[in-house]
Parts: sequence; structure tokens; C-alpha cells
Amino acid sequence: MNQSFRLENIGLINRNKKLSFKFNGKVYYGYEGDTLASALIANGVHLVGRSFKYHRPRGFFGAGVDEPYAIVQLYRNGETEPNIKATEQELFEGLEATSVNCWPSVNFDIGAINNFLRIFLPAGFYYKTFMWPKSFWFKVYEPFIRKAAGLGVASIKHDKERYEHKYEYCDLLITGSGPSGLASAYAAAKNGAKVILAEDKSRFGGTLLTSEVNIGNQSGKEWAESIISELKEMPNVIVKNRSQVFGYYDHNMLVMSERVSDHLPKTKKFHPKQRLWYIRAKEVLISSGSIERPIVFGNNDTPGVMLSSAAKEYLKVYGVLVGKNPLIFTNNDSGYETAIEFQKNGINPIILDTRKDPKSEIVDEAKNLGINIKFSYVVVAAKGYKKVKSADIAKISEDKEQLGIVENIKCDCICVSGFWTPTIHLASQSGNKTKFKEDIDAFVPGISKQNETTLGAANGTYTLEETLKKSFETGHKLSKEITKKDNKISFPNVIEKKSTAHDKFWCVPLPKGKNYKRFLDFQNDVAVSDIEIALKEGYRSIEHVKRYTTLGMATDQGKTSNLNGLQLVSKIENKVVPAIGHTTFRPPYTPVSIGAIVGREIGKHSKPTRKSPMHSWHEKNNAIFVDAGVWLRPRYYKQGNENLFEGSKREAKNVRTNVGVCDVTTLGKIDIKGPDAAELLNRVYTNSWLKLPVGKARYGVMLREDGIVMDDGTTTRISENHYHMTTTTAQAANVLSHLEYYLQLVWPELNVNVVSTTEQWAGAAIAGPKSRDLLSKLFPNSDVSNEGLPFMGFIEGDLFGVKARIFRISFSGELAYELNVESDHGIFMWEKIMEIGEAFKIQPYGIEALSTLRIEMGHVAGSELDGRTIPYDNSLEGLVSKKKDFIGKRSLSRKAFKAEDRQKIVGVIPLDKKTSIPEGSHLVKDFNAPLPNPKLGYISASCWSVEHDNPFSLAILKDGKNMIGEKLFVMSPLKNKVIPVKIVSSHYVDPKGERVRS
Amino acid sequence: MLYIKCPHCGWRSQNEFSYGGDATVKRPELGKEVSDKEWDDFVYNRKSLRGKHWELWQHLSGCRQWIKVERDTATHEIFKTLKASEEIS
Repeated sequence: MNQSFRLENIGLINRNKKLSFKFNGKVYYGYEGDTLASALIANGVHLVGRSFKYHRPRGFFGAGVDEPYAIVQLYRNGETEPNIKATEQELFEGLEATSVNCWPSVNFDIGAINNFLRIFLPAGFYYKTFMWPKSFWFKVYEPFIRKAAGLGVASIKHDKERYEHKYEYCDLLITGSGPSGLASAYAAAKNGAKVILAEDKSRFGGTLLTSEVNIGNQSGKEWAESIISELKEMPNVIVKNRSQVFGYYDHNMLVMSERVSDHLPKTKKFHPKQRLWYIRAKEVLISSGSIERPIVFGNNDTPGVMLSSAAKEYLKVYGVLVGKNPLIFTNNDSGYETAIEFQKNGINPIILDTRKDPKSEIVDEAKNLGINIKFSYVVVAAKGYKKVKSADIAKISEDKEQLGIVENIKCDCICVSGFWTPTIHLASQSGNKTKFKEDIDAFVPGISKQNETTLGAANGTYTLEETLKKSFETGHKLSKEITKKDNKISFPNVIEKKSTAHDKFWCVPLPKGKNYKRFLDFQNDVAVSDIEIALKEGYRSIEHVKRYTTLGMATDQGKTSNLNGLQLVSKIENKVVPAIGHTTFRPPYTPVSIGAIVGREIGKHSKPTRKSPMHSWHEKNNAIFVDAGVWLRPRYYKQGNENLFEGSKREAKNVRTNVGVCDVTTLGKIDIKGPDAAELLNRVYTNSWLKLPVGKARYGVMLREDGIVMDDGTTTRISENHYHMTTTTAQAANVLSHLEYYLQLVWPELNVNVVSTTEQWAGAAIAGPKSRDLLSKLFPNSDVSNEGLPFMGFIEGDLFGVKARIFRISFSGELAYELNVESDHGIFMWEKIMEIGEAFKIQPYGIEALSTLRIEMGHVAGSELDGRTIPYDNSLEGLVSKKKDFIGKRSLSRKAFKAEDRQKIVGVIPLDKKTSIPEGSHLVKDFNAPLPNPKLGYISASCWSVEHDNPFSLAILKDGKNMIGEKLFVMSPLKNKVIPVKIVSSHYVDPKGERVRS
Repeated sequence: MLYIKCPHCGWRSQNEFSYGGDATVKRPELGKEVSDKEWDDFVYNRKSLRGKHWELWQHLSGCRQWIKVERDTATHEIFKTLKASEEIS
């Protein structure tokens, strides 16, 4: 198909590069520099989609970010993306797009029947209709809404594209490269300020690209180009196109999304698709311009009805005619500028001006060019279904209430201008208290909360000279305060055509006997009648009206509809617009892809993975890993076809009979030094620490101030003023912060330093009856006898030339030791242990066996110290000093904590000695009791006891002290299990603790 | 994201810090007899103020120092930051 709506001698596109693309399966051609929208219009395609609710035909309404209609499904490089605005998507070779929200095709859409049923789909339709019966929701309503609603389809494939985040700091962030953005950026850059200038579109210059002005003897476009090229050369300036600043957050933090590769057929190697910039700016200059607003009339959603500024942009930037027989409908001078451009390019437009007798240079120019202008005229309704074919027009009375005789005139597009709405989104997001400006009938920024200044059209300033002057001044002044430089810039001579006041007319009354749909929100199909219904039904607050009718809630967030909606509410309510107020502007200003928000934090990059120095050995030896917080730990070492149960049982049994080795590097380690170290430990732990001798370790429990157990572990006195603390893997970071809190804020008089050494030490636990024999071979020069290294003793040893710390501590209940060497020697230590241990039938064991061993010993761990238990609950009351004070002690005298029937840890065995008990199950007296069945306790940890060869669990049970020997039931509704059990002591193996001391 | 001036490191983004609650709460001295009421007030009872408020933050991913920050809970404006050792005036 030829580009029959393309003009030869106008536009900024590259005619030397022809691009082919597909829309709804059909091949078209456009040029480099086109958007999908401009290329389709050049080919005479105006039907691009169907509307959300009534499935009415949809065309193009704007030429950029404000577009409510032209939303397509895009296909690029084997991926698909929904809800792309055709007006923003740049054309590339091979682009493919399809219409959304229509079935079976955009030309014949079954959903369009809604259009004829629209009496049944008024405001609040979903709220009213889908309320009852309740059972219908899942089966009938939800599937129906899901099918009928929504725009594009999200890809279910993994997104292979790369997205990046970037942090940047600057003196001035300037959002928008129109006249105010360029002038302020230039002035600030000349003063040496660090400037970021962000432009949403691919071309810099904003309205300067389409307006007939002269700045310093250059056209607006030439001036913009010269400023941009100078800015690009300056080292203190970052100039970014295709970059939308979409959010203004606290403390002048703004977020910008840069579409790095979306305009290319394929993302280049090592480039991201999009980049999200987090920018902390000292000052923000908002130069986001304004968006033309429509005038509301009958069938104003017909394809071919569009903003007059968009028609001008298609013509001047893309060399594309939106129609060959245009009708311009305006209430201000902007419509004339579009008409003049048409006329200059050989197309004869007709202007309908709602004003009676406007006088200005622009109007005069249009008259002089011989353009047909009808004053005090309005469009009553557009005619045509899939494209405008004609318009019903009429004269309107001076009070704008009465229509004259309706005439029909032929036209193929209607370009509407209802004056301009400043883009105040960013200012409002920053906390700016906006105010209503009467002369432009719109809100503008008022009092700033953060360091933000709005310039030019975004501030309601519509003359170029004033805009440039103010912007140069502001850029200069703000940068001068930061850089203390004062480089004056000469102000260029500006020539522009003077315009006159607009007519505050926004909605054409319905002619007698006609019931045309007059749309306010084009994307969500919200018509004048919907707002009227909402107000009749008692909705008053504009926020409620918005949510009830969905006005302004679509992906365009009402950029073209909000103000007209307010006008309507104000008219019906008989209140002025500022008394109604506008709805809250929230980020993002435009839709941002989820990929950009997530950035690189996907898959393995979503959190760090910590590995012990022995990780490669575990990998080589068939370890099956499990996530333990951010650590990756061996769960068991698989032999043959073993499953987890078999493998962990074998490993645990080997510890009980021979010797095993477990990687305990992940345990938190804190180095504590200083003359008051013992005093600190004495205050932090519940037991007493002042008399611990050098070379001895002690087990300790620490509480939070509310008396709940925070963590446990052993701490060893390495030398007089030097301690080595261990924490659980999970609580390592919290314990360090906890110690720092008390040292820095509560007891700054204590002379102690704490530092995390978790990653400095590699740890291996050697456990089992043969562990001493193994140790004596590992350290032939050290005395590791029961006398030389007694239980809870500590010595330093020489491991074949490597310095090692040897702690005689046990988590398994067996005779056991823990070796620490510097991390770099971890693998050496591990291999030596395995090599020499072979003679003692050593086997490595994972954390599943580790759990089994500690559970059957009744040692508490994370599943019991779960932030809900006190020392008594864990049978740790013997460790609570009665003499000294410590963190959380006062809370232990709370009534509930001293209750006679307080929960306590117990052991649980199934009566059949076979059935495994699911963790998390509840303990009840009678499993047949009516619900809610009183819960007596819960299973905190379960294992298969290798010592007794039957299941064994730990539980926290109410009045546990007096429940030993009782028979109860374990209930797990999730696993559909009821198991009769017996309550026993939590110390199921070696209750006297003889082995660890042997 | 807030921008907090660490008295030790200078201006840093909020994501380097962790929040630590009311900075005006004083822990009763060790070993001192404390009534249930006093202890409850120390452990549990906090005012949920709207407006200026002294709070604790720890510069977790920086110098690891606990600092005091005077912040407006409604507007997020930060007026002043102090080292742990400095008294709130």
C-alpha cells in the first residue's frame, strides 16, 4: 500500500530509509523517524482498536504520551509486549503490532454489541450487577469480566531482555526539552551546574518543532538544535532523549525510565532494553509543557476526531495528513495554527470557532490566507462509524445553551482544540499545593514543598518570550546559588504571533431529541451521562466519582479527560472547579514496564548467594543443597539412589557410631574486644560471664527487652580482653546490630568493640565417638585428651602448618569439636579431615542430619526460638541468673511468663512408633471435639530418631512440665492426619549429657 | 526514598539505613527497681506522632553507627541528625 497521506516536502523523518512493518498481519511502509501512529496514518489507517467497554471503533487521538486510544500489542524480536501506545512507539524495520480488545478482528468485533446494550452498562455497572448471588462470582462474573476487560495480553515467557538501574546525582534536573527546558538547562549549564535534561520523545525541542516562531534569527527548531548540540558537548550536562521522568518522591528523588532499545528491532549486545534512573537532584525544573484538551460533543470518539495539536505534529514532524478534508473545531487560537499549516500545504480546512469575534494576529493570518472560518459555531456530532465522514454542526447562542439549525458538512477528520491543560503531575507528586488559574481554566503549581520550580506551559505561561525569559532567569539563579558562578547570557530576540483569550467553552449541548454519547474519558468509555448518573446516585467527592465511573483511571490516567470531568461536576454541582478540586496525582506519570522496575534483581540476582569456602567440595561430592537464609548449605550428601530420608539417616547414624563432619561456616561469628567485654556479655546474656576463664567457652542465651529469646550460641574467651561469639546463622546480623545498639546508645561508657568475622573463619564440626581419635591425628602436637581439652575448652592448634582454633563444643550431643581456620584455608582443613578421617569411617553430614541429632538430644534451635518463647519454654531457666540484671530480665517477672501452666518444650512419640509427625501440627486432647478444638501446643521440629529408630518430635506444649507421660493427638488438617502420641522428655538421647563430657 | 545526612559519613540514601524507633525512650538503669508501668512504657508504649519526631536509624550499610534523626512523620522532612553520643536538645 502506498503512503497516500504522506506529503513530500515537510517533516523531520528520514525519507532515505524506508521501513516495512506489519499491522494486524498486513504489510505497510513508513520511514525512519516515524512512530507507529504516524506511519499508519500515512497509509490511511485510522481504525486501530476497540474501546474498553462498548467496543466502539478507536483511532488516534493524540501524538504522544496523552494518547487514550491507540494501544497495541507489540511483537519485537520474538517477544510480545501489551499496551504500547502507537503514538510513542518508534517505527523499526520488521515491527509487528496488532489491535487489542477486539475479537475476532478490529473490523468486526463481537463485543461491539455492548454498544447497543449500553443502557445496561452505565456508571458503576460492575458494582451493581456482579454483587449477587455470591456463588456466581467465581463461576460466571469473574471469567466474563476477565475476558471482556483488559487491554493487551502479557507474555507468559521469561523475559530475556536486560533492564538496568542507575543512580545519579545532579544540581538541576530538567524534565522536558521544550523552550523552557532548553533555556533553563542552557543558563544553568553555563554556570557550571551539573545538569540532567530529560526528554520523553526521541526528538528534542518540544513545541519548538511545530510552532512558527523565531528566536535570535533562527526558527524555533534550529534554535533548539543549536542549544542541544552545545549542551551535549558540555561535560557537566547529561542530555537524555526517550527518557520519561515519571515519579517525584521524597527529598528530591526522581525516577526516570529511559527506553534505550525499544526503538530498535533488537537490543544491541551489552545494552539494556530499558534503564531506570534514580536521580537525586538539588533542584528540579519541571518543564513538561501542557496537553491540549478536547471539547466534548456527540460521538466525539469516532476515529478521525483528534486533538488539533496532534494533527499539526503529524503534519510538521512526520509529513503526514490526518485528513484531506479537515474540520477544525476550536475555542482558542491554537486551532488556527493547525488550520494555517493545512492551508500552507495545499489542504483547505474549515474552522469552527466557538467565539463570536476573536481578534488576534493569528486569526488575521488565517483570514488573510482565505480559510473558511465560521464563528459562534460548534460541532454537534461526528458522523461515520469507523471513520469520520461528516459532521453535524450548528450555530450556538451567546450563552452557549441554544443550538441553531443543525447542518451537515462533509469532512474526513475533526481537529479539536479546547485550550491547554498544564502538565502538573510531577509538581503535584512532589507535594506542591496546586491552585486554579482562572484565565486558563486549569490547575497550575502553587506553593512548592520540595525544591521544585515549574516553568513555561506547565506553569500556565503560553507566550514564548515570557517563557524563555523566566526560564533563562530561573536556570541562572538556581545554578548561581549552587555553583556561585555568574555567567550572563544574552537574551535572544523572540518573534511570535500574538494570540487572544480562549473561550471557556468545553461541552456542546445535545440537540433536541438526540441522545449522542459524549465521551469524557476515551480509554475507559466514560461519557457525560455516566458522571450525571454517579452524581444523581449521591457521589460527591471527585475521588469517589472517579472510582465509581472509572473516569481518568485507564493507562493514560485521564491526561485528556480529567479537567472536562471536573467542569461537568462543577456545572452539575453548581460549584466552581477549584471547590471540587482535582484527584491526587500519583506516580507513575506514564506506565512503566515491570522489567524496568525489577531491573537486574531477577532469578539468582534477586538476593545474594553466600557459599562457604568448602562449597566446591560439597558440589563435587553430590551434596544436595538447600537455601538457609541467603546461604547455600548441603542438606545431605547423596549416595547412589538415596533419598533425603535415607541419606540423612545414614549420616546421622554414622555420627552416633563413628564420626561425622559438618560445614558450620554459616554460623554467625562476632569478635569482641576491650576491657569491658566481659561486662557487656554479662549484660547481654542471661547467665553470668564475669568469671569465665581464658581458654573456656560457655553457652549463652540472649533475650530481647520483652523477655523473648532472641538468640543462643557459645562464646569463648580467647584471651583476657578478647572473646569470640557465635550466633545462629539466621540471627547473625540482628545480634551484631543489637550489640551495637547497646554499646553506642545505652552503655556508651563500656569500652568494647564488636565486629562481624563470620566470613573470616571457615568452620567444621567433628562429631561422634571417634572424633577425639581423629583430632589427635589432625593435631599430633596438641594435647587433645579429656584433661588437655575438656568439654567447653578451647585451644589453638597447628593443622599441618595452618593455625586453627579448636573448640570442644557439641550441637549433636556426641563428643564433638569445632575447628575454625581462616577462610582461605577452609578447603585445606576439610580435605585433611576427610583424608585422615577415612580410617575412622568419617562421613560428611548435611543440615538434615544435623537437625536429627539436635532434635533427639532436645537441643533448641530456630524452630523453638521463634520469637514467641521465653527461656522457661525452652527448658533454659537454669541459664537465667537470679543475681545479676540483664537485657530483658525485668520482663520475665510478667504474670503470664510466670504462670504455673506455662508452655514448655516436650518430646513427642507416635504410639505406633511408625508414623512421622508433620512439623507445625497441633496437639489436642480429643481429635473429635467440636471446633474450635482447643489447641494445647504445636510440633516445632520432627525427625526420625537414629538412636531409637522411630519418629521423634519436639513440641511446645501448654503445662508441658506436668504433661510427661500423657497421651494426646497430633492433628494436621493440611496433611489430613490424626496421630495418637505420647508426651515424653525432650531429652530423648543421653539425658544426662555424659557423651559430650566423655 | 529519604535522603539522610549521616553525622559520620554525610548524605546517604535511605536504603543504606535501617529504622530503629523512638529516640527519646530511655532504658531504665540496670539493677534499678522498676514498676510494671515504667517497664511497660519502656518496652511497649509508644506515641504514634504526626509531626516532628526524634527517631533512631542505624547506618547499616555504611559506618554501622546508630544516629538520631529529627523527622516529620507526615511530610518526611528531616530537620536535624545527631550522633548517638549527642543529646537531643
